[in-house]
Amino acid sequence: MIQQPSTIVRTVVNLLVPFIQLFALYAIVHGHYGAGGGFQGGALLAVSIVLSRISNGAESLERFSSTRATVIAAGGMLLFGLVGIVPMFFGASFLDYEGLPLFWVHGAELRYLGILIIEVGIALAVFGTLVLIYDSLAGDKW
Amino acid sequence: MFWQVDFWLLVTLVITAIIAISVRDLLATVVAISIYSFVVAVLFAQLGAPDVAFIEAVLGAGISGVLLIVALFLTKRRSED
Repeated sequence: MIQQPSTIVRTVVNLLVPFIQLFALYAIVHGHYGAGGGFQGGALLAVSIVLSRISNGAESLERFSSTRATVIAAGGMLLFGLVGIVPMFFGASFLDYEGLPLFWVHGAELRYLGILIIEVGIALAVFGTLVLIYDSLAGDKW
Repeated sequence: MFWQVDFWLLVTLVITAIIAISVRDLLATVVAISIYSFVVAVLFAQLGAPDVAFIEAVLGAGISGVLLIVALFLTKRRSED
């Protein structure tokens, strides 16, 4: 750590982080209707973690480790790939949400659900990757 | 919408760009780049592209500024050009 941040900075950041994460969830879930979507929500989630890394240092690394960020990024990519590939086993083409094996929803509702799952996958991948970029740049030297 | 809004936003854009390439203190350069990104985001929103403005505000003014500041503290703060 280069310089210990002041108590004011740490208190304000710890207060701000949950609200940023809540807004990120809103951006992910509300992406169908207006501005927002998976990429923006994931970037906002990453911003909250990076803010916590800057002000809390090693304590933040204990609370949310780089390994967990790797798992989240890979899980998001896996979710995206699965939603793309699974319809191909049920006679539809790649990323065709109509072919998802959720037999209790049909038509527009099924496409809607497929887009939502895709958005969550993109958000997780972007979130993990941006946190990993920060970690590999700063590491434990910050 | 109003040409005055566009005009002054573009003037701010040019001024922050000139500051970013001419100042010796690299921390001031990062701040100028962040202001540049934010003004670009406002211009995108004004042109009717809220999605692009959202991305630009989060990535341009948020993450890239933080990454540049971290890179700065790990190297040197003064430019030698």
